[in-house]
Amino acid sequence: MSRPLLQVRELSTQFSTYRGTLPAVDGVDLTIERGETLALVGESGCGKSVTALSIMRLVRRPGRIAGGEVWFDGEDLLRKSQAEMRELRGGRIAMVFQDPLSTLNPTLSVENQIVESLQIHGFARGRAARARGVELLEAMGIPAARERLHSYPHELSGGMRQRVMLAIAVSCEPELLIADEPTTALDVTLQAQIMDLLARLKEERRLAILLITHDLGIVSQFSDRAAVMYAGQIVEQAPVGDLLEEPLHPYTRGLLRCVPRVGRPDIPLTPIEGSVPDMVSLPRGCRFAPRCPEVMDRCREAAPALCDRGPERSVRCYLYRAAGQTAARQGSA
Amino acid sequence: MAEQVSEEEALASVAATAPGMVRLLLGNRVAVIAGLVVVAFLAVGLFAPVLAPRDPNTQHPEAIRAAPFWQAGADARFLLGTDSLGRDLLSRIMYGARVSILLGVAVVLLTLVAGAGLGMLAGYFRGWFDAVMSRIVDTLLAFPFLIFALAIMAATGPNLMALVLALAFKGWVDFYRVARGDVLAARAADYVTAARGVGASTPHILLSEILPNIVPPLIVLATLRMATIIIAEASLSFLGIGVPPSIPAWGTMVADGRADIGSAWWIATFPGLAILLLVLSVNLFGEGLRDVLDPRMRKS
Repeated sequence: MSRPLLQVRELSTQFSTYRGTLPAVDGVDLTIERGETLALVGESGCGKSVTALSIMRLVRRPGRIAGGEVWFDGEDLLRKSQAEMRELRGGRIAMVFQDPLSTLNPTLSVENQIVESLQIHGFARGRAARARGVELLEAMGIPAARERLHSYPHELSGGMRQRVMLAIAVSCEPELLIADEPTTALDVTLQAQIMDLLARLKEERRLAILLITHDLGIVSQFSDRAAVMYAGQIVEQAPVGDLLEEPLHPYTRGLLRCVPRVGRPDIPLTPIEGSVPDMVSLPRGCRFAPRCPEVMDRCREAAPALCDRGPERSVRCYLYRAAGQTAARQGSA
Repeated sequence: MAEQVSEEEALASVAATAPGMVRLLLGNRVAVIAGLVVVAFLAVGLFAPVLAPRDPNTQHPEAIRAAPFWQAGADARFLLGTDSLGRDLLSRIMYGARVSILLGVAVVLLTLVAGAGLGMLAGYFRGWFDAVMSRIVDTLLAFPFLIFALAIMAATGPNLMALVLALAFKGWVDFYRVARGDVLAARAADYVTAARGVGASTPHILLSEILPNIVPPLIVLATLRMATIIIAEASLSFLGIGVPPSIPAWGTMVADGRADIGSAWWIATFPGLAILLLVLSVNLFGEGLRDVLDPRMRKS
């Protein structure tokens, strides 16, 4: 059995605020195999992006990674030096962000920004780097790639920009791509194009993708497994088909009820009542308890642990009893 | 929110590309004319030894306080007349341009590099360095600039090196503050996170990612500071503690002509006009630049 490409264990990232410590990511476990797409789903502010930044070790003050392990191909990223991390970032692990306009440097041409990454990682220089830039842009489906190389970000459309971002991301042939809401800033037709492009990259390059999104439509079409995050914790993890067919956690069910189904106008949309808890003073028991339609007394007393339900599923809820033993793993010291 | 910002950013980045910037600047007629005047002064200063009709320091005892060519009492050899020692005013003004521009450029470059460099470091790294630097800057801001320069020059006597240092001593503060503030904003920008995401090192981020984004306001500030420095140098020279008397400088010339202002108005007036014209042009050019480079100003 091969080891997973990425294995995140008990990852915790905290932010110090004037009001107290905010556990933005609280004991998150994730696993991604080579060539697999894992969707990380949740509302805004649930800690998805911070999880991604923590994996890349890009969390900045006042945030800090408080504990856990991030195993990438057999090495714990949290123990690596800054120099080693720089080599990995953009090299073996690449990242794409939500808003391509703000993530592209407005004062640098497309060429500069693609060549930059190639040069940092010693992939190509000078003429070769430029040629590879053209090649990459073409592979991303950008017409007249050679001319586009001299464009500045503001001269490109939103879809183009995200293609450029993807070209930069895959420029050094990464093994893992972390895509943080790659299509949120785009309109729907472009979303589909960009997602198709991602799917193709995944096929062609055997790319593992951590897809962060709040869009369940994208999850169903483009990922293999999904992890649902709520208030800094994973509340449910399952293969995508299972998750959509038979959601276990009340939060997941609530999320699915918020999505309209084409051709089923008879199913009413029901929003999840209430709002995300205050992360500085979290409820004592289950974090979803104040909004949960199926809340029980014990939910308010103590927080449930993540329990395995079958080989590939786990859920953090008292409604379910563990099939086998609890999933609470011992983090190695 | 993102929409508004992106529009403004898009505007800013039109100007951020060099060709776009030049196009916008050329559309501003005042700035173009002012720029040409500055270039003319620059050329005159640079080629003063070739262009000047006479040696600026040669005294002509036979033609003391000769009037400019259109007035009675003019000497055909001296277009703008001569001073109380019979030196050719036009040539002295041409040589004077050298001092003003040279000092202005030297001081501005020195303060730009030092101020922007320190400001970028303070803004990016924050921490104790920022705390210490910012206190120093606050202290310097409380100093009256000219009086301070006066004290230094009074202590050292007229001397070019001391003059540059006296003028630069406080001038870097403005660059520091602008650079620090802009880096503070830029370091939180998504493109910086993205650059770190492709493995860029801190020096690379500071120089290749952030610097191009904070250059426009620095250029504008540098231009406007240049005008201030020229005035300051002229003021110190006027007081006799700026440029050494052996070097023709506009401030010194104005001071020399002061006593004769009633009888020979041209001695003080022409160098005064030169100061006025150069400073005005530099300022107008700087403002034109600002309109092009600073989207906040462009809106109004």
